[in-house]
Formats: sequence, C-alpha cells, structure tokens
Amino acid sequence: MLKQSLSKKRKGYEVLMKAMMLLSVGLTAALVLFLLAYVLVQGVPNITWELLSTKPSYLTERIGILPDILNTVYIVLATLLIVLPLGVGAAIYLTEYASNQKVVGIIEYAAETLSGIPSIIYGLVGMLLFSNSMGTCLMAGALTLVIMNLPTIMRTTQESLKTVPQSYREGAFGLGAGKWRVVRTVVLPGCVDGVITGCILSVGRIIGESAALLFTAGFAHAVNGIIDGLAAPGATLTVALYVYAKEQGEFGVAFAIAAILMVLTVLINFAATLVQKHFAKRRSL
Amino acid sequence: MKKKSNMFEKVIHIIFLLLGLITVGCVLLITIYLVISGIPAIREIGLVDFLFGKEWASTASEPKYGILPFILTSIYGTAGAILIGVPVGFMTAVYLSKLASPKVKSVMQSAVSLLAGIPSVVYGLVGMLVLVPGIRKIFNVPDGASLLAAIIVLAIMILPSIIKMSITALDAVPKEYEDASLALGTTPIETYFKVSVPAAKSGIAASVVLGVGRAIGEAMAVMMVAGNVPNMPDSLFQSVRFLTTAVSSEMAYSSGLQRQALFSIALVLFLFIMLINAALNFFLKREKE
Repeated sequence: MLKQSLSKKRKGYEVLMKAMMLLSVGLTAALVLFLLAYVLVQGVPNITWELLSTKPSYLTERIGILPDILNTVYIVLATLLIVLPLGVGAAIYLTEYASNQKVVGIIEYAAETLSGIPSIIYGLVGMLLFSNSMGTCLMAGALTLVIMNLPTIMRTTQESLKTVPQSYREGAFGLGAGKWRVVRTVVLPGCVDGVITGCILSVGRIIGESAALLFTAGFAHAVNGIIDGLAAPGATLTVALYVYAKEQGEFGVAFAIAAILMVLTVLINFAATLVQKHFAKRRSL
Repeated sequence: MKKKSNMFEKVIHIIFLLLGLITVGCVLLITIYLVISGIPAIREIGLVDFLFGKEWASTASEPKYGILPFILTSIYGTAGAILIGVPVGFMTAVYLSKLASPKVKSVMQSAVSLLAGIPSVVYGLVGMLVLVPGIRKIFNVPDGASLLAAIIVLAIMILPSIIKMSITALDAVPKEYEDASLALGTTPIETYFKVSVPAAKSGIAASVVLGVGRAIGEAMAVMMVAGNVPNMPDSLFQSVRFLTTAVSSEMAYSSGLQRQALFSIALVLFLFIMLINAALNFFLKREKE
C-alpha cells in the first residue's frame, strides 16, 4: 500500500541508497575477509619451529625471528610497567583531586593532542629525547611508546573511575578516612577494569607500532635476556617485517611475521571485547 | 599528629598533580623539540625556498631542499583517500547503525575493529605484493609503486576511524526525531538520510577530520607502496614521497643540513596535524552540544 503510493523519484532514491549501503558494507566485509585469508594463507606455511626458535645466521643463510619475538615481549613489558603508574596517576588526579576546571581542560586537551600525533613524529622526538642520550636501544623505544600510550591508559582509567559511585567515597570520608586512604582503598580497586582494558589496547598498539621504533630502538636481531635486551638495540616483530620485506626481499619471512601479527590482533580484539562485556555485566548487577 | 597527616596528604596531592601534568609536559616537550630542531634548516634554506621549492635533491653536489613535492603529495594522497574512504565508510556506518540486525552489527563492528588493529606494516606488505603488481598490470605502467597505490592503502586504513566514529554519532540521534519523521510519511531510508544524518553531522564531520589526520600521519604503509621518489605528484602513477616518508627514508644516513632539513619537514607535518586536531576538537565540541 505504502510502496505503491511512492512516486518514481522517491522509489529511485530508496533503491539507490539501499544499493550503495549494501555495496559499502559488502566491500568492507570482503576487505577484512580478504586481508585475513590472504595473510594467513601466505604466512602460515612459512611458520616453522626453526623460524620461531632461532636467530638469523649468515653462516647457514637461515632466518629466525626469536630475537624479534623476545624484543616485542620486552618492549611491551617495559612500556606497560612505566606507563601504568603514570597514566593511572594522571587519571586519579583528574577525577579525584583536580578542583580547577581549567587545569582539567588543559590536561585533557593535551591528552587529545598526544593521541593525534602520528607515530613518525614520536619516533623523531624519541630519537632526540632518548636515543641521543642513552643510545639506540629498546628502552629508548619503550620510553617513546610510554608517551604514545599515556592518553589511552588515562582515558580508560578515567572512564572506569567515573563509574565508582560517589556514595562509596562519601561513606569512606564519613568514617574518618583521609583523602589518600579513600583513594587507595575505595577508588583504586574501582579502576581495575579500566586499567585492564587500557593494558589490552596498549599492548595492541605497541605490537603494531613500527614508525616510532625505527629510529629509537633500531633493528638488531640478537638474543638477549630482558635486562641486556632493553639496553641493546633490537627490532620488534613489526620492524623486522618491514626490514625483511622492504630491504631484503624476504617475503616468506615477512608473511610469516604478518600472519603472527594478524593472529595476535584477532586475539587482542577478542580479549578487549570479552573484558568490556564482563565488566559491563558486573557493573549492571 | 594532625599536622603530620596534613603534610602527608599535601605531598600526595602534589605527586598526583605532577602525574596529571605529565601529558601537558609531553606536549610542550614535543613542540619545543620540534621547533628548536626544525627552525635552523628553514633559516638557512629560506622559508619560501623550503616550502615552495619544487626540487628535493639532498645528496646532490649542489643540494636543493624544496619540499613542495612532499606537501602536495601528502595533500593529494590524503584527499584521494578521503574521496574513496569517506563514502564507503559513511554508507557502511549508516547501514550498520540504522538497518543492520544486532547480530550483523556486532559481527561487522568486530571486523572493523580488526581492520583498525592490523599493524600498518601488514597493510604495506599486502599493498606491496597485491596492489603494486595489480596496478602495474591493469594500467600497464612500468612500476605500480605510485600515488594511486598509496591512496588505496590509505583509504582502507582510514575506513575504521570513519565507520566507528560515524556509528557512534548516528547511534546517538534521539529516536524521537526518527519517529516524528516516519509519522509524517517518509520511508525509513529517507528518514535515515534526511533526518538522522543531518542530526549527526558534527560527529560525521569529526570522523572525516580524524580520517584526514590518520592519512596524513601514516608513514610505514605508504613507505612500502608509494615508491619513495621525490617527484612532483603530476600523475596518479608517479612514484612519490609523502611528508612522513620524506622524514623516515633519509633519516638513517643523513647528516648536517640534510638532517636538519628532515627535522624541518617534521615540523611542517606537525603544524598540519595541529591544525587538524584543532578542527577535530571544534567538531567534537559541537557534537557534544
């Protein structure tokens, strides 16, 4: 009935818009499927135990990515260890201590600015700030990533702190607790979910980062323990992928690393959704 | 006793204040470092010659430091990516926000998050081995590593930002607006495009600006597919160098004035990003209101 009463022009508009929407959604979905399938098909056959468990050797002309895996783990750990107290502290200041709205505005604007700066600029500034004084090493890369990930940790912590009911704080104050005691016993436990979400997001970002690390952490492939590793230059998986693909033409190895990165990305996304769902459910109880 | 605990609280307060100010410190530090290291080369080369010089030959015996090719490439590349990415992203967002079943919406949203999470070097690798040879074959050009390849890769990379942010904006449109429009006899699709989209226009505009920021700041993926020759971007099939890749491709072996000029390029890029950030904030504020 309604359909019949539509003029030709309106019907045409309807059909056109619907077609364009379906085309766009189809394109996006196809793109994701293609990328996932292509990288896995090209990469997984190249993943061997030897590749994962050795370092590159010129003598036997063999490539191994164990150092790159270790470097990635080290840099993730070092970055999180430093950024967590800073980011959580900043979030606590904003939600619990700050009384001047102007200061809050400035800090939040600064955080937004930081998250908009492209990683190549972080790489450059990291090189000037850290690598020039401590040498090209994983630690310099980690410190650069700390600045990059600060806004993420701050934002997720802040969001979870906002869900801690005001009455909890008032109750604790009413019992005679000081400000610090309230923060330590009431506020901090309330931001656990934000911290976990922030960690997962940051891990994803650190694993995927390359431009910021190229000039700060370098591209060596040596197997080290964590302490020596952080003081030495080293390539993470993404940087190794870039070097193998662009500079050495080792596409098999590059795709193997790409497949590993792809699987990690899927896992991290899955974990992030799971955590968010879990905490949303707990909050609604 | 009382005084001591007061002291203690004050110290804690100051510690948290310092932690809070770290982000501000970082922004200042980045700005100051870029300005200090970027100015000397611009002074030596001359602002006009630097910004509008058409030739970049940093290693020639008579070096030339004109970055107009990089600036134009970055602008064209970003514009091209927006031209392709925005319509696709926008249409996808409208469909997912308004028409899709909850199941389709949630599956597609995870797919889009995955797209956002894929490291840029992986985009670069796939671009290098699929897109570049593809362009060479289809358009019958000697080398597929070109502005066109970079535009396509960038269009794909900005898609998630546009889709995610537009969905958020479209989801926030009050149901009453749509109900009122439907009650006046419009079809659902007319309502979505003529009522919901205009109501969400600040958020959608912000998503486009965010996409611009992503595209202009991307380095690694572009480095792998654009060919990296400092040409003026006269054609889509030309091998070109972006502002971002200009910084990274010579950094490893540069020295002296050449190195300083690279920092000046980074300063120009940073100014672009600051402008884009300001625009983004403007739209986000309007969206909130």
